[in-house]
Amino acid sequence: MIKEQLPILILAVPLLASFAITLFARKSKIAAFALLVGAMGMSFVFAIGVMRQILDTGRVIHYHIGNWQPPFGIELVIDHLNAMVLVLVSGAAFLTAIYSKNTVPAEVPYRFPGEEVPERVPNYYTLYALLVTGLLGIVATGDAFNMFVLLEISALSSYALLALGGGRAYFATFKYLIVGTIGACFYLLGVGYLYIKTGSLNMPDLKVILTSPALAESPTVMIAFMLIITGIWIKMAFFPLHGWLPNAYTYASTTTSCLVAPLMTKVSVYMMIRLMFSVFSAHYIFDRLGWQNGVVWLAAAAILFGSISALGQTNLKRMLCYIIVAEVGYMVGGVWLANADGLIGATYHILSDAMMTLCLFMAVGAVIYKTGDASLYAMRGIFRKMPVTSVVFVIGALAMIGIPPTCGFFSKWYLVSGAIEARHWGFAVALLISSLINAVIFFRIIEIGYFPLFDEQEGEGGHHAHDRAVIAEAPFSMLLPMVLTALSLIAIGLYSNEIITGLVGRTIPAGLL
Amino acid sequence: MATLPFPEAAPLLAILVSIAAIPLIVLSGSKPNLREFWTFLAGFIKLGLVLSMAGYILAGNTYTYELCKVLPGLSLKLTVDGFGMLFALVASTLWIVTSMYSIGYMRGLDEHAQTRYYSFFALALSATIGVAFSGNLLTMYLFYELLSLSTYPLVTHHQDQEARTGGRKYLTYLLSTSIGLALPAMLVTYALAGTLDFNVHGIFPAETAKSTLVILLIMFLYGFAKAGIMPFHSWLPGAMVAPTPVSALLHAVAVVKVGVFSIGRILTGIFGIDLLSTASLNVIVCVIAGFTVIVSSLIALSQDNLKRRLAFSTVGQLSYIILGIGLASQLGVIGGMSHIAMHAFGKITLFFCAGAIFVATGKKYISEMKGIGRRMPFTMAAFFVGALSVIGLPPGGGLITKLQMASGAMQADLLFVLVIYLVSSLLNAAYFFPIVYNAFFCTEEEAMFDKKVAEAPMLCVLPPVITAAISVGLFFFPGLFVDFARLMVTGL
Repeated sequence: MIKEQLPILILAVPLLASFAITLFARKSKIAAFALLVGAMGMSFVFAIGVMRQILDTGRVIHYHIGNWQPPFGIELVIDHLNAMVLVLVSGAAFLTAIYSKNTVPAEVPYRFPGEEVPERVPNYYTLYALLVTGLLGIVATGDAFNMFVLLEISALSSYALLALGGGRAYFATFKYLIVGTIGACFYLLGVGYLYIKTGSLNMPDLKVILTSPALAESPTVMIAFMLIITGIWIKMAFFPLHGWLPNAYTYASTTTSCLVAPLMTKVSVYMMIRLMFSVFSAHYIFDRLGWQNGVVWLAAAAILFGSISALGQTNLKRMLCYIIVAEVGYMVGGVWLANADGLIGATYHILSDAMMTLCLFMAVGAVIYKTGDASLYAMRGIFRKMPVTSVVFVIGALAMIGIPPTCGFFSKWYLVSGAIEARHWGFAVALLISSLINAVIFFRIIEIGYFPLFDEQEGEGGHHAHDRAVIAEAPFSMLLPMVLTALSLIAIGLYSNEIITGLVGRTIPAGLL
Repeated sequence: MATLPFPEAAPLLAILVSIAAIPLIVLSGSKPNLREFWTFLAGFIKLGLVLSMAGYILAGNTYTYELCKVLPGLSLKLTVDGFGMLFALVASTLWIVTSMYSIGYMRGLDEHAQTRYYSFFALALSATIGVAFSGNLLTMYLFYELLSLSTYPLVTHHQDQEARTGGRKYLTYLLSTSIGLALPAMLVTYALAGTLDFNVHGIFPAETAKSTLVILLIMFLYGFAKAGIMPFHSWLPGAMVAPTPVSALLHAVAVVKVGVFSIGRILTGIFGIDLLSTASLNVIVCVIAGFTVIVSSLIALSQDNLKRRLAFSTVGQLSYIILGIGLASQLGVIGGMSHIAMHAFGKITLFFCAGAIFVATGKKYISEMKGIGRRMPFTMAAFFVGALSVIGLPPGGGLITKLQMASGAMQADLLFVLVIYLVSSLLNAAYFFPIVYNAFFCTEEEAMFDKKVAEAPMLCVLPPVITAAISVGLFFFPGLFVDFARLMVTGL
């Protein structure tokens, strides 16, 4: 019985938790935290349940909300692809929720230094649950308009969450709000055009209607596609539409960055894949429109731009933000290579990049939490002070560089294979250059962490002196999710074949094989 | 299936045993004797596991152990064959000797962070054995990268400005070539062949264009920069800032030999020696490697820092091995592969001696070592024997394999390679003998050391004597390693 209701429970639990936190936990930070972690944990368990069902039966789940039949009612459609993304989003949200125990009370209540506003903490958790609801909804829904609604739910709650960072976060978030709203408008407009032409908003239904030759010729449909894809690109910060991202994510509080940075962009990539292949079709996009060459070049530019900009940053979070810009290029390019390997790489990279980014943001967050400094030099001597955090950071860094057996290697493997197959050497070279730049970026930090300060060294009498270790590690509530995330990077890598044949590879549209 | 004379997971265990020792090493960090005991225990278990497979391999079998499938048609898997066995034997034997030496050296100089040192040393050994037992290119690449990363903290052990520069150079060269050249070459190979498993007949389909093969060959040769082919060699002298036991094991044996081993694997297992000789690809290998042999030997002549001279000598000898395998003739391959072992024992002796001199006198430069042989006779005698082996003079084991390689050059009908071998051997003699000559043949007044100077601690002197003795032993019983190498060409 409950098994049939699992899809909606994944969304309902965090939604209800946001109400519960507002109603019952306004006074208690701990109660709010417990509710959040409980809800995220349950949602994660349900998502795994849904994935198990899909793996066991091999069938796509259609869940009709309120038992209204499509195409008029809203339905959730869960196949292998979004089952994986659901597990990813709920899992990452769960880990970040645990991680938030110490950082949120330390950062969020202070609008200005010294001025404590305690209710900001429960409010924060309410928004957190709402944001996750929105993200899970975008992933689960099979309705194009419903997707817009959930996109706005997640976007609005993310504006508020990001602005809670205080200081410069207000201005950065305002810019994001303007740009994000423009993106959402583009998307809505595109869906509106489709509705005018087809009279439907249900994705499977739209797909069937759009196959008619008259519509495939229609300029309205083409413009609808352009609007939708531009809207999504703005939302995912695809170069050159990325300008809002670095500031918005850099000035956010630690937990917000950990939640928003890995998930928002990845969910947008999922949206792109879903709309491209489940509403439109590979045939329509790659054969009829044929923009793939240009888009892949743009993706290569995104990769190079993001990587080179990251190299120039001295703020750790901002550096990671530019790496995200580059990684978005990886995924967009992979999808638009228009072959199976590229799409597999991009889809697998949704999973691996989300976890890598999460891992690095968590490690950096722990460093900032302990040192109060977000610059590269906060990492000085980190290997002695925070050994566990630094190992987590190194694993995340190796995944970003793409050293086997971490997951980053395998996504790169598929992406480069796809590029070779498509004879798109520019993209292949961009991927390799980006790996090299990542190696420089991260080894520079590892070097700062590994070598002691020079003045310190002279002061203590040469290299024989620094055996005195002062360990000041982050609290357990931060270490546990961090270590789990780091281990998952290796697990996702070692099980890449299972993930790809069992989940990712099952949803490759027929036109690409 | 016949029962195996060793546990089914023996290759994996041989890799993991030194990783398993790391927690023990870290936990007993405050009790140095217990800590070093774990290193030795792991070393002997590792050697035992390797030896347990030796007989089975020598009987002409190969053994494959699959770990997990990571890509379609491609898994992480371990294969033990003659070449891998040869290399694993060398590495695991020398780890024990080096650990002994490390104790003498690190304690003699009262180095900091010794726990970290032994931990990463153990990790590096795991990676080395992993490369030796890799069953396909992907697995090898994985362990190859692991080795680069795990040796970085060893190279930069001193944590001062010089170490920082050396370490930076080290990673820049190794990572940029492996990511920039070896990885794409591997991907293209996989796209062409559909597999990356090593096969003595090569894996490329017959219709592969020759131009593609040439490009791939060059990418692979330069991509595994641990082999130190010029112009990607200069990380090696830079990495000499490491403590001497690290230089000895990692930079004369494990790291650089992993590079050579990887290239050897690619030449024999990916291209296949038939393809190399029929498509005349062997000429390309010989020109690239031959250039390095001559130029590095010339550079070595002018080095005054003993460790740097040894480093350049290593660069030359590495290409020597590649040259042998790259000849793609039976004798060349046998000679090249077994020269890995001969050179390892010879060169590690030399490094041990350089370190022993440093511990006893603090001297690094050859020009400051006049008369050292009078004060440290055992050390310098071992140095002499090691030098003989590297040059290829009796009674050093190096002679046997150098002869084989030279005959291989004639077998392959590439006479210019023969000339390279001869010139290089002369140069080797030219840069080693003056050291030995000045160490012993000088009057009491000319000697730069007063009578107080004596041999380094026992644990610094014994290891070079042992490895020198083994070098001589290999002259009389070269079959120990040559037989393994011969397995790789039977049936071709």
